[in-house]
Amino acid sequence: MNPPVLALDGVVAGWQGPATRPVDLRLAAGGIVGLSGANGAGKSTLLAAIAGRARLFDGRLAVAPGVRIGLQTQEVPPLAGLPLAGRELLALTGAGSAGLPSWLDGCLDRRLDRLSGGQRHYLALWAVLQAPADLLLLDEPTNNLDAAGVVHLGLALRQRAAAGCAILVVSHDAAFLAAACDAVIRLEAPDVP
Amino acid sequence: MFPDLFAIPFLTGLCLAVLLPLLGCYLRLRDEWLAALAYAHVAAGGALLAMLAGLPPPVGGVAAAAAAALAKEPLAARLPASALFPLLLLAGWAVGMLVAANHPLAERVGSALFDGQLYFADAGRLATVAAGTLACLLVLRRLSRPLLLSQLYPDHFRLRGEAPWPVHSGFDLLAALVLALATTTLGVMATFALVFVPPWLAFRRAGDWRRGLRLALLVSVGGYIAAFAMALWFDQPFGPVLAILLILLAGIAACSRS
Repeated sequence: MNPPVLALDGVVAGWQGPATRPVDLRLAAGGIVGLSGANGAGKSTLLAAIAGRARLFDGRLAVAPGVRIGLQTQEVPPLAGLPLAGRELLALTGAGSAGLPSWLDGCLDRRLDRLSGGQRHYLALWAVLQAPADLLLLDEPTNNLDAAGVVHLGLALRQRAAAGCAILVVSHDAAFLAAACDAVIRLEAPDVP
Repeated sequence: MFPDLFAIPFLTGLCLAVLLPLLGCYLRLRDEWLAALAYAHVAAGGALLAMLAGLPPPVGGVAAAAAAALAKEPLAARLPASALFPLLLLAGWAVGMLVAANHPLAERVGSALFDGQLYFADAGRLATVAAGTLACLLVLRRLSRPLLLSQLYPDHFRLRGEAPWPVHSGFDLLAALVLALATTTLGVMATFALVFVPPWLAFRRAGDWRRGLRLALLVSVGGYIAAFAMALWFDQPFGPVLAILLILLAGIAACSRS
């Protein structure tokens, strides 16, 4: 078995105060782990803590040395009014265009703010998904995607993992997590003091 | 052709007509277009204060704008971004007006700073502006990708471990220095017109970032050359002629189909 790229032992993450229950997790290269749970369970906060944005209140969080982390958040890149084409967006993060779905053919050379919401979201997600990284943290990547987009995303995650990337996905979409992940961890909401 | 007397001022302004719209595109990307007006006013205020202290006004203008740029990062932690540049603008304007009101010579210099003194540019000023333009273009080229990445994917930018200083504070400093140099050459409003209008047009019309930069450059240089010629031909001040030409272009673009 591959050594873990990411290891969490009793991790409690939060912002001003703790926002998760203690979480244990092991994620090896080539693995895909899903995080599910109700709103307020701290799924996004946990990703933020792994990415160094949120605070660690308890436990141990270890990322293997030299690991490059890619993070997709729920915040949409501010593309409105910006003359930026899809191909330029991908070049910014170092993502390739090979493997993009057919419904994005012809979109790469158009301004992103003139694409449909779904097309724009998928390209913005693809820019992170295919950027050089050893550990990918994805927060609700299926938001704004139609059924075809969700299926394609699942396949793209599998291909990325097969290439050696470790992937941690937060999602409310239980069917997507079940189809795309090797394991799913359900976070319970922390006790409110 | 215009007489040789105007060749040096023309070339000096041309350098700025190349640099300012490109800088404006990156300011617009960061939603900081008001910085152009703010730094220009701070530079004007600093130039007048320097004159009061017996120092060369351009030195005071550049120093004041640089100080404002360096103070931006710590101030931004305490002030919302929407308030920072208006407050800087007001501070620069108030200092400039107070100095001008209390010093007979300052009134003339202040007026020249706001109206522009391009026709008085000499060979020394041309050399400074040309060298500054070349250096700033090279720096902007180097900063372009990290500026775009940090704006669109701030977390991804941070996780890559890219040094934030050259991208954030470095760009602020570059913008302030360029705007101070431009203000003490073209005047406050002509500088603002070249930083604001061509990028605004380019952001509306261009199909991608590279074409946006090219369009902004084309509008700026074209507008500048036309305004310089018309101002000379009709014996009018350069700044307002430039502003009117660019406003007309903006109006045509706003009315035409995107």
